[in-house]
Amino acid sequence: MEWLGDEMNIIITNSSGLPIFEQIENSIKKAIFSNDLKEGEMLPSVRSLANELKISFLTVKRAYDELEKAGFIKTIQGKGSFVAPKNLDLIKEEKLKEIQDYMEKIYEITKISNISKDEVEELFKMIFEEEL
Amino acid sequence: MNNIEVRNLSKEYDGFLLDNVSFDVPAGAIVGLIGENGAGKTTTIKALFNIIGFKGDVKIFGKDSKVYEKEIKKDIGALFDDSFLSDYLNCKHINKIMKDFYETWDEKKYFDLLKQFDLPLNKLVKDFSSGMKMKVKIAVAMAHSPKLLILDEPTSGLDPVVRSEILDLFRKYIEEDESRSILLSTHITTDLEHISDYILFIDNGKIVLDVPTDELLEDYGVVKCSEEDFLKIKAEDYVSYKKGKYQYAVLIKNKNEFKRKYGITTIDKPSIDDIMLFYIRGEK
Repeated sequence: MEWLGDEMNIIITNSSGLPIFEQIENSIKKAIFSNDLKEGEMLPSVRSLANELKISFLTVKRAYDELEKAGFIKTIQGKGSFVAPKNLDLIKEEKLKEIQDYMEKIYEITKISNISKDEVEELFKMIFEEEL
Repeated sequence: MNNIEVRNLSKEYDGFLLDNVSFDVPAGAIVGLIGENGAGKTTTIKALFNIIGFKGDVKIFGKDSKVYEKEIKKDIGALFDDSFLSDYLNCKHINKIMKDFYETWDEKKYFDLLKQFDLPLNKLVKDFSSGMKMKVKIAVAMAHSPKLLILDEPTSGLDPVVRSEILDLFRKYIEEDESRSILLSTHITTDLEHISDYILFIDNGKIVLDVPTDELLEDYGVVKCSEEDFLKIKAEDYVSYKKGKYQYAVLIKNKNEFKRKYGITTIDKPSIDDIMLFYIRGEK
């Protein structure tokens, strides 16, 4: 597909456990964050992306609707969907959510292995200071 | 806009009742009709074509199918399970016959499709394999560029490679013109996972499911659990269950809600076949 050619990958797998619409959503978000998809750029039409991925157009529509709700893209009736101007708060929120997911995993591990909060904090400080 | 609107369609045969069936086939959509043999799929399709008498309303392209039968049929491409191709014709003969039959018959399109399907032009139909016969029927159904395709088992008897070719063709057909629709019945439900936008499931003459395929594949789930855990699940939270010797398998409609409510996180993703079996054989 020409729009996607070198700029964006959309990878759908059955083994990820994530619903297909969410996998599409995440791929597009990733492309927007990494600037592979730039502000104002047009996304493939719902129908053509559905055909390319061999899935129902309703699945792609669901992904686009979610992206629109979250402010990542804007759909103009009869014209298509475009990458919305970047909203820094939105990006920060998204990244914070990502961090929270990792932290929850860390929390799980500490619980299972009886590692204290202090020890984790110590580790984290070490990582930060190394950077400096 | 709906290309097909069926309301309260009923038909009674000796020992069989198609019972108040209602559904839509929206423009731009591919709708998969599934169900056991004898569930009412072919009866429904025959009623759409006005081949059998029935009670209820059928509108195609917004028009009453009984009143505007002739006009409507010009814009439909059809393939029946028992569509007949005479053994003593070849593909060129078929072109000649169909040209007289359909005003909108597109010779070029027909021969393009044959070429795409690698079908010989001069060989008699009697020497065709069953897959080749099916391909000719599909070419015939599509060659007058109908607005609506109604196909009874279009992929049965075909190998996976040919099936995938045909599904691509169907997808392209909708992409070319989004006012078109396809209604197809099939037993090969894995095909539907890749092509249909909606699933219509008929069981015992009744519609038991009419949902976006997406929802069926993403939101439905199967929970495997002990009897103790099963008894905690409220009746309104599952569709049906199967009791095994060592475990219960329970079909649920909304995975995420279920996870939240019951804290069960391992939920299997059912295939369309699995879901069908739960509806037909499961207990409630």
